[in-house]
Amino acid sequence: MFDLTLLSLSPPGWGATLLCGFLNSVTLAAGGYLIGLVIGIGGALGKLSDNAFLRELCDIYTTAVRAVPELVLILVLYYAGTDALNQLLTVLGFASVDISGLAAGILVIGVVQGAYSTEVLRGAILAIPHGQVETAKAYGMSPLLTLRRVTLPAMLPFALPGLSNLWLIATKDTALLAVVGFGELTLATKQAAGTTKDYLLFYTAAAAMYLCLTLLSNLVIKLIDRRATRGLAVMHA
Amino acid sequence: METNAIEISNLHKRFGPLDVLKGVSLTARQGDVVSIIGGSGSGKSTFLRCINFLETPSEGSITVHGEAIAVRRGKDGAMLPADRRQLQRIRARLGMVFQSFNLWQHMTVLENVIEAPTRVLGVRRDEAIHDAETLLRRVGLYEKRDVYPAFMSGGQQQRAAIARALAIKPLVMLFDEPTSALDPELVGEVLSVIRDLAQEKRTMILVTHEMKFAREVSSHVVFLHNGLIAEQGTPAEIFGSPQCEPLRKFISSIN
Repeated sequence: MFDLTLLSLSPPGWGATLLCGFLNSVTLAAGGYLIGLVIGIGGALGKLSDNAFLRELCDIYTTAVRAVPELVLILVLYYAGTDALNQLLTVLGFASVDISGLAAGILVIGVVQGAYSTEVLRGAILAIPHGQVETAKAYGMSPLLTLRRVTLPAMLPFALPGLSNLWLIATKDTALLAVVGFGELTLATKQAAGTTKDYLLFYTAAAAMYLCLTLLSNLVIKLIDRRATRGLAVMHA
Repeated sequence: METNAIEISNLHKRFGPLDVLKGVSLTARQGDVVSIIGGSGSGKSTFLRCINFLETPSEGSITVHGEAIAVRRGKDGAMLPADRRQLQRIRARLGMVFQSFNLWQHMTVLENVIEAPTRVLGVRRDEAIHDAETLLRRVGLYEKRDVYPAFMSGGQQQRAAIARALAIKPLVMLFDEPTSALDPELVGEVLSVIRDLAQEKRTMILVTHEMKFAREVSSHVVFLHNGLIAEQGTPAEIFGSPQCEPLRKFISSIN
């Protein structure tokens, strides 16, 4: 029923195209996720800070990003974002640049993920027993050292369920980049299927690849979770 | 003359409209064991927490080994630490032991004990581990050094917390009701560690509900009542012949 030779890596097989798309998807997801985490840590700390302006700013960011459909955000940030950047460069007297689809895509996913990460991390930081951070203070730790040595590792067990969710969402959000013509797995599959008319074969193959990524992710998440919660008696029970 | 270990003068603390401390002064010489007793809401824990600025005092000054903690006034007139680094440096020499232990949950016992020496005081890791193991032997927890706090009893956790406080070679030890969160049968093991420290003439300020223990180990006892020192003196004076009415009431209420 399936002509599996179509999946071979060398033409006329489309395997190489699919694999390349898959790698692009993984790179997009990983890059976007990491940027999202960095934004999220900053956003969570901003929302929890004493500075009213900072709190308001973070609030506007998370509200705006979470209010707009992701597809729209991607279109806006991708086209308008690169356009704005080039206009800025022209004003400043620089030559306009061609932003690679990958870089723009990572940034877009990062901005979206950052908004959700902010909330996940904010909740996790609030779940840390107050005494943990207070003790760091009492022993003369600077705010930065406290963040690195106590706040971040102590909130990790509370953040992991939300953060793993976000990772799995990120892997699939990459498919949205197909609308702007970026060659990730979904677009690659569409091309392969459209050319050969073997829709079932290629979409099944793509689904299997997404599934593999999720299964592998679950394995890694379990390892991280075990490490992060090893000090918590309750969570092992 | 020897420098006093700690001088606290005219300490006030307000929480909004609530006057918790209304001008408390206290001096501890090196080797003093000062116990602070008093009823619930007398301000004794707040007083202890003001010493290392976990609560920022509203008025007054704190001097540790001759060095006053620098303060400034904020826009609203509230007192603030003026020099973060100085405060961190002074805090790093005040070994605080909390009522609820507060061991860092994501670190093993040994990691808890070496954390401040290595990260704050800049002690070499192998040296810090060596010191920590000596301290853990002393509090009877050497075998537990690679265990996470959540898997130990309260008494063990508090003894580990005492080892953590000792690891910074503190100028003064601050104990905030160290046995109040413990099951009765675990109180003894913690008190015996603190008793050893008192006997080797470590400077300590101890907020406690254990009157018998305070009487036994203290060089000086302070009775706080309504945010003021109502009475102070040697343990014999305070427990043997209390002068003021609130103290007499307090002592009879706990016996």
